[in-house]
Amino acid sequence: MQDEPTPIELTKAVADFLRNDITPVISGHNAFKLRVAINILDLVTRQLTLGEGSDDAEAARLAKLLGLQGSLIEQNRALGERIAKGEVDLATPGLSEHLWQTTLAKLAVDQPNYASYKRELEREGK
Amino acid sequence: MIEDELTRCVVRWYPGATGVTAAAKLSGGASQETWSFDILHAGGKHGAILRRSPQGYGAAPTRAAGLDAEARLMQLAHDAGLPSPKVMHVLKPEDDLGTGFIMQRIEGETIARKILRDEQFAKARPILARQLGKVSAGIHSLPRDQLPSLREMSATKEIAEMGREYRSFDWPRPVFELALRWLGDHDPGPSKEVTLVHGDFRHGNLIIGPDGVRAVLDWELAHFGDPMEDLGWICVNSWRFGEIDKPVGGFGSREELFAGYEEGGRKVDPDRVKFWEVMGTLRWGVMCCGMMQRFRLGPDHSMERAMIGRRASETEIDLLRLLAPRGG
Repeated sequence: MQDEPTPIELTKAVADFLRNDITPVISGHNAFKLRVAINILDLVTRQLTLGEGSDDAEAARLAKLLGLQGSLIEQNRALGERIAKGEVDLATPGLSEHLWQTTLAKLAVDQPNYASYKRELEREGK
Repeated sequence: MIEDELTRCVVRWYPGATGVTAAAKLSGGASQETWSFDILHAGGKHGAILRRSPQGYGAAPTRAAGLDAEARLMQLAHDAGLPSPKVMHVLKPEDDLGTGFIMQRIEGETIARKILRDEQFAKARPILARQLGKVSAGIHSLPRDQLPSLREMSATKEIAEMGREYRSFDWPRPVFELALRWLGDHDPGPSKEVTLVHGDFRHGNLIIGPDGVRAVLDWELAHFGDPMEDLGWICVNSWRFGEIDKPVGGFGSREELFAGYEEGGRKVDPDRVKFWEVMGTLRWGVMCCGMMQRFRLGPDHSMERAMIGRRASETEIDLLRLLAPRGG
């Protein structure tokens, strides 16, 4: 078992340093690059925080939908092939809901401020 | 120094030119660069833009029209009275600047967030969708016999190309599969009318002033095809920059866009526009994945490229909103 602090805490510490101490003293193109760098660290933190739980939920849904165990990437490949062949479609019970939940979980990590995502969260009353 | 080369070039064709100043690179990948500079002459300065492939980068990517074609299209658009910069000079070998052209610089803004939020564009925003409808009608009306040779695309070819490109990444995306399937099922078939299509008619390629649209830029993806493609592409949610209830670029409605188009003497087919909006959403998603590959494989190992890979999921939620909207 690896010791503390956790990767989440370490990544956050770097992001906070860059945000609070470096941002005020940098300008021009490097300021833009710094913003990108901070965004990356924030994304990594969100993935470390949320990723495991959403992957498990996705795998469980896929197992039920496809009747297929396996790694998440294998399950997703299988789902992709079935959609491509027309074996499952939006009329298939659970498919639409699965795609929505999976996509919302990706946005929660990738771009939680994306307007379409915020609109869909409002719809869920979150 | 590029200013020396530009000076040697402009004195040959600009009457009374004495030199150039303020050369600054605006953007540049490995194969194509854009420079801004001022031509100095007895009466003052003349703002200019150089768009070029440096020497040694002759071969254009397969989808690109090529800089000679871009210059010709801009000039034709300008001559037809469309908002387009005047092409001042097409580079020749003796210019020693590579291939490309020099055009008039048009002042204004291309950054979407400023156009959508800054006070100085407050009067432009309500009229832009209609204006752009009319401008795209003008583009689609340019006489074919004067146009350069360009690739010809159709909905069917584009579906196949998107599918091939997506599969080349070898990373499963069930939402993209769903979109490809939907596009195949809704392929509108060959367009009754095949016209010039700008191919990248959206924020970033439009110079906007407080008075409205001033120039259409970047004809790199111009081709022959279904004119409804340009109308669908400008409605893609990725170009709304947060203003998701205003489908045209975050500033206007489809109705305004269509009204402007019909004012320009052309007919709209809303079903085809919808098809191309779905296609465009998928296309931007595939482009995000492609840019991520360029990061991973090395030619552009920047943080920005890496992060663009994480924007593909934005197009997945937009595809779901288009194809599998949730009730309520």
